[in-house]
Amino acid sequence: MSTHRFAVNVTPKPGILDPQGRAVEGSLDHLGISGVSAVLVGRRVELTVDAADEAAARAVVERLAGELLANPLIEAFAIESIAGASSTTAAPPAPARPPETAGERHA
Amino acid sequence: MTVRIGVVVFPGSNCDRDTMHALAQAGAEPVGLWHEQAALQGVAAVILPGGFAYGDYLRAGVIARFSPVMRAVTAFADEGGLVLGICNGFQVLAEAGLVPGALLRNRSLRFLGREVAVSAERLDTPFTHALSHAGPLRMPIAHGEGCYFADAATLDALESDGGVLFRYVDGAGAAAAEDDRDANPNGSLRAIAGVINARGNVAGLMPHPERAAEAVLGSEDGAGIVRSLVESAAKAVAERRVTVGMS
Repeated sequence: MSTHRFAVNVTPKPGILDPQGRAVEGSLDHLGISGVSAVLVGRRVELTVDAADEAAARAVVERLAGELLANPLIEAFAIESIAGASSTTAAPPAPARPPETAGERHA
Repeated sequence: MTVRIGVVVFPGSNCDRDTMHALAQAGAEPVGLWHEQAALQGVAAVILPGGFAYGDYLRAGVIARFSPVMRAVTAFADEGGLVLGICNGFQVLAEAGLVPGALLRNRSLRFLGREVAVSAERLDTPFTHALSHAGPLRMPIAHGEGCYFADAATLDALESDGGVLFRYVDGAGAAAAEDDRDANPNGSLRAIAGVINARGNVAGLMPHPERAAEAVLGSEDGAGIVRSLVESAAKAVAERRVTVGMS
């Protein structure tokens, strides 16, 4: 057995009404931001799967994403492997503190 | 002999008692069906009531879809049993694929609780035959996700095959425009407020007939929908088309 961590990104399918996306676009004027369009608001689900190997783990995620996390009539999903996977069931090591450098910070 | 009609109770259902009251007023014996039990206790029809099943987490109706009682409801529907979903119950039916389409967030992004006017597009179904007229029927809505959506091909098929059961109508009684926020408050495509499956035994609608089923509530227009279901269920029992559910 091994442990795998995934993220499932669920977004409205193209052409589906996305009033949340429209609301976000509508607020950009208030921020003085222009040139932003086609905002899609979706959902991101992260999860850990114990399985024989990564392919088996991914198959589990495919099934639960298609049947539960996304409604195929209105939503698309994409699965990505993310950090935190390990070959044991031990807790992943604490992440190193990011260096405090000037520049990009996303608070 | 009183026909027994089940009302599913999910954690978060909040219209189950109102629905049971309306059923009793219409002469039926309401039977509460707990979500954890995949058993329908021999009822002759099932209503999925309004509320916020399982907190509406993830998407309205989706967690409820996988509950034990929905396995039994799906099997019942597959055998031709009568199932009506009201508001959140409609959302559960859509997530379960028992009726076509999906209910999206209201275009206004706001929860809407107010009266609407709808027309019954068909008066020949188990859910509408006892209505004295096609409308406008005044009933309240109370939902955040009621914007009916289906792709164009599905919408066209619904229109041509009699799948549209209720439509929001404007002051003149005509189908409300998609951008008419007064008459079609959630922005439903083709003003669809309720649909019925191709077999004609499963229907869902966003307005609440049980909240408009007696004069003291301000409208009795929903009573005919409840009465239709009760009469249809009694007829189904008499014809032994479904599991006998009489007391």
